[in-house]
Amino acid sequence: MPVTIRHRALLSPRSLKDALRLRHEEPDAMPLAGCTDIYVALNFGTLPARGFLNLWTLDALRGIDVLDGVVRIGALTTYTALIQSPIVARHLPMLVAASREVGGPQIQHRGTIGGNVANASPAGDTLPVLAVAQAVVELHSVRGLRLVPFTDFYTGYRTSAAAPDELIVALHVPTPQGRQWFRKVGTRAAQAISKIVIAGVGGRQPRIAFGSVAPTVVRLPQTERVLASGGTILEAQQQMQSEISPIDDVRSTAAYRRQVAANLLDEFWRATGPGSARAARGR
Amino acid sequence: MGRRGAVGSNVLRKDGAGKVNGRALYLDDLSFPGMLHARTIRSTIPAGTITRVTPRVATREFIVVDHRDIPGRNVVALIDDDQPCLAEKRIRHVAEPILVLAHEDRETLLGATVDIEYRQTTPNYDPLRSDVTFKQIAIDKGHVADGFARADLIVDGEYRTRHQEQLYIEPNGVIAVPDGHGGVIVYGSLQCPYYVHRALKVLLGLPDERVRVIQTETGGGFGGKEEYPSMIAGHAALAAIKSGRPVKLVYDRVEDMLATTKRHPSIVRHRTGVTKDGRLTAIEIDATFDGGAYATLSAVVLSRGLIHASGPYRCDHVKIRGRATMTNTPPNGAFRGFGAPQTQFAAEVHMDRIADALGIDPVRLRELNAFRPGDITATGQTLGKDCSALTVLREAVKRTDFRKRRKALKGTGRGIGLALFFHGSGFTGSGEVKLASRATLQLTERGARILVGSTEIGQGTRTMLAQIVADTLGVSYDAVDVNDADTGVVPDSGPTVASRTCLIVGRLLQRAAAEMRERLGDLSPSQYLKKHGPLVVTTQYEKPEKVSWDDTTYRGDAYESYGWGCDVAEVQIDPVTSQAIPVAFTTVHEIGRAIHPGLARGQIEGGSAQGIGWALLEEVVIRDGRMVNSSLTNYIIPTTLDTPPIEVQIVDNPYPQGPFGAKGVGEMPIDGPAPAIINAIRHAGVDIREIPASPERIQACASR
Amino acid sequence: MRFTLNGKRTRVDVHPLARLLDVLREELHLTGTKEGCGEGECGACTVLIDGHPVNACLVPAAHAEGAEVTTIEGLRAHPLQHAFVEHGGAQCGICTPGMILAAVALGPKPSRKAMQAGLAGNLCRCTGYSAIYRSIEKARPARKRKRR
Ligand SMILES: Cc1cc2nc3c(=O)[nH]c(=O)nc-3n(C[C@H](O)[C@H](O)[C@H](O)COP(=O)(O)OP(=O)(O)OC[C@H]3O[C@@H](n4cnc5c(N)ncnc54)[C@H](O)[C@@H]3O)c2cc1C
Ligand code: FES
Ligand code: FES
Repeated sequence: MPVTIRHRALLSPRSLKDALRLRHEEPDAMPLAGCTDIYVALNFGTLPARGFLNLWTLDALRGIDVLDGVVRIGALTTYTALIQSPIVARHLPMLVAASREVGGPQIQHRGTIGGNVANASPAGDTLPVLAVAQAVVELHSVRGLRLVPFTDFYTGYRTSAAAPDELIVALHVPTPQGRQWFRKVGTRAAQAISKIVIAGVGGRQPRIAFGSVAPTVVRLPQTERVLASGGTILEAQQQMQSEISPIDDVRSTAAYRRQVAANLLDEFWRATGPGSARAARGR
Repeated sequence: MGRRGAVGSNVLRKDGAGKVNGRALYLDDLSFPGMLHARTIRSTIPAGTITRVTPRVATREFIVVDHRDIPGRNVVALIDDDQPCLAEKRIRHVAEPILVLAHEDRETLLGATVDIEYRQTTPNYDPLRSDVTFKQIAIDKGHVADGFARADLIVDGEYRTRHQEQLYIEPNGVIAVPDGHGGVIVYGSLQCPYYVHRALKVLLGLPDERVRVIQTETGGGFGGKEEYPSMIAGHAALAAIKSGRPVKLVYDRVEDMLATTKRHPSIVRHRTGVTKDGRLTAIEIDATFDGGAYATLSAVVLSRGLIHASGPYRCDHVKIRGRATMTNTPPNGAFRGFGAPQTQFAAEVHMDRIADALGIDPVRLRELNAFRPGDITATGQTLGKDCSALTVLREAVKRTDFRKRRKALKGTGRGIGLALFFHGSGFTGSGEVKLASRATLQLTERGARILVGSTEIGQGTRTMLAQIVADTLGVSYDAVDVNDADTGVVPDSGPTVASRTCLIVGRLLQRAAAEMRERLGDLSPSQYLKKHGPLVVTTQYEKPEKVSWDDTTYRGDAYESYGWGCDVAEVQIDPVTSQAIPVAFTTVHEIGRAIHPGLARGQIEGGSAQGIGWALLEEVVIRDGRMVNSSLTNYIIPTTLDTPPIEVQIVDNPYPQGPFGAKGVGEMPIDGPAPAIINAIRHAGVDIREIPASPERIQACASR
Repeated sequence: MRFTLNGKRTRVDVHPLARLLDVLREELHLTGTKEGCGEGECGACTVLIDGHPVNACLVPAAHAEGAEVTTIEGLRAHPLQHAFVEHGGAQCGICTPGMILAAVALGPKPSRKAMQAGLAGNLCRCTGYSAIYRSIEKARPARKRKRR
């Protein structure tokens, strides 16, 4: 469908500084990154925004580097760039796994990690990864720089701690200690939205996060504690049910999501828990 | 003939070059000077009456069309003529067209709003509880009571299938252009130009020659562009006539899914008597098809469905009852297979359950009961040598090493299943006699030009017909042209549906070419033209002598001939996610003879993939009568990564009355995948009787 | 906006938020790029930007500024084009321009796996994909192609 654009305007900053000023002056102008969420909404006629702020040309928001085991990923980094980055491959293989399962090649070439985070969908595939890696969101505004722990970033369904004049500039992702785990259960094998998605870091102090089972991506601190303290998988699965709140929607059912979440937890723990190899051999 | 003929070889398709270089023109690629864009305003309630309509538009700028602008009859003329082109008062489903707005600027058009007030009534969504039955059909052979008396075991079962969206990648669209004499020329993405032609004549009250319908390159149809374009063409034509300007009406994806037809959902019950050693003694079937809000093609979909309902199996006592009823959902309509995939799904899953109940091998059960030449079908048709049920079954079993595989996979989380099926070529019963299709061949300098109403929608019509003409006329394939399907020029060759184009229209052209060849004698085309002037040969359908059918008793030769197929599917059930992943798929088809083996294979692969989607992924989610997943994000069709490798084997058994031995191939490939996959899932341990076999359903079944 | 289109420097006066798809089809009359959904799912609108396949329905004109854009009209007798005709890769043809461009981006002689992954963003409802794989596997440089 031809989208309606005539009454909408695009602001085109030349630098990050310029962008922050415009963001300050016109907080209603929506930041435009890879547009893989925005243009879909435009197509469905569900986007009220009249102004947009073009980030795509801001190279300050690109780039991946690593310092003291913390990987800094520019907000405009595309999935393709994540997949191809040797740094990400070495430190965050679960992020590579997640990126490979986003959309198809066309989406991977344009969609960005900053857009995934800012879009704040509970089904965003990189979000559980960032949650278990204990990432930090680097926000900028004319007022300065702010670092917000990823697990505090979302305040509710599609709402975040970012102020109206802030931009996400980068994500700081510490390399987790322990085996990384990612699995997406989508509506199909590609071009799929997650019905449920899990990221985890194994070991004695496991960390687990799920997407698509609550209004925001969720870490499961209590479930993690059960496993860390030597509880059985059954106990952990029971605990987990109180930490998620899935719903029925057009893509799946709450009952299915609960059952699969339990199965995924089991699969994760078999593969990464202490003694996992022995447990696997014994079966 | 000396040189190698075109038939049987993979000549380059006629429409290939334009499609790979981007120059082929689809509807939305066209534009006319002064053209307006149109948009359809639709009901938002499933049932009730309209009490007030208030367009919030500058009336001088906009063309606003409602039912009062219809000069002829306010119907989409088809079979029952019960569907209005624009609703007057009564609303029977969500997305029912009420107004058409047109404006030259698309953004302005999109911004226009119309307030509509309604008085709502209680909708019905349950086809089993409907007050309105569009059509009932009864088929009887022998006396089932006698058959059941002879049975050692009786097996019951109920099977359900749901809506499926055709999902051609090019959405529906037309352009209507006033012809300057009170009539219209309609360009469209469509399968049946003469359906549209007739519907427009009735709607606009115009004579034949004032309506001209021209098919543009069509980006897929699968039945979805069989009857619905008549509706869209009506809307665009009304706006064109009112404005005196060309009007383009193209649906976006959401509207296309929300408003247009789908495959009929079905509920099919089986009760089967069988002897201990596996012989069928009685088959009793009761089928209900959800027709949606208007009759459209439901009667004929039901008819084909019921005729195929007892599967390709011999049985002396058969009783089939079926009906298509109304619900307050958008009308269901034509979709590849046309009722037969639904009923054969039930039949084939039921066969595996019978085999289980008897404790015999599903292949053995089918071998015992499969039709042989000389057997008599449920409608009393005696099958000829063109019956290949056993051949395809044995070939599929052999190629997949089915029995061994089945043993090996037991208890591994993988399963293997098969389905045996058949599909009648051409219109059902006396349909072809009533259609009385025609085809024309015109001599050209280099060869001949084909003029038919049959359309190319990707399946290869142009190519295949040209091959038949080339070899019959004795000219090269390149010397045969195919005219656009333009009702101003081509005769009515009947609709491009029902796996009929090759068998019926191909045969008409074969006769025309043979006659032309005789007239040519020793002359080349150009010599003939120089000497005698133009040569045009038109042929008309003639009923093969042996074929007879009685519409009132539903007895006789339901189809002139049938194709035969057997599918074998292997699936892996993921224990964590309950997803059934199709890992291997083999299909054996007997279609007489393939005029173009590459095209035939393409039909079989594509139809199989569509069937796999129907079996596992595709679900229309309807809430309060409205499709709530009307987008490609949420209506899930298979991508490359969801489609298993598809092994195709085409078995030759030339059908003497078919052109060069050919029968139909378009629809049959979608009959088998769903039951084969469900039988494989059953073999892997999950007894599921409804599709799509989504992970949610598999999980619910497994935990029961 | 200014960009390089099919090797030619191009300038066109459009709204910076206009979809690249509409710029190509409506302003530049290159209708080989198709629209199947407008939501990034079908890939019928696939074009190459700086050699990478993207969905033109999701790219604002402003983001193609200065870029090199290749549409189906920009391929001239690419071996894939003939192969798609010869081996059944194109049926109804509506997915074909996007499919061919996505296939171009795979480079020569991709494995089955690479084809499946690389074409996962292009829906085809006609072929079941098998014939598309065969077409890509059999595509040969024009010079070596035998005439039939
Ligand atoms: C066909 C298709 C398939 C998809 N598949 C998946 C999938 O499998 N998994 C998945 O998670 N997602 C998927 N998506 C969604 C989408 O691709 C991702 O969410 C992507 O990461 C969004 O990034 P973007 O750069 O395109 O964001 P945009 O569309 O440009 O923006 C999205 C939102 O983020 C805001 N924003 C962007 N960047 C910033 C910034 N730096 N600072 C502040 N706000 C910002 C925008 O204002 C907007 O609100 C899919 C989308 C499509 C069309
Ligand atoms: S039209 Fe762009 S992806 Fe479908
Ligand atoms: S050829 Fe028709 S959609 Fe691919």
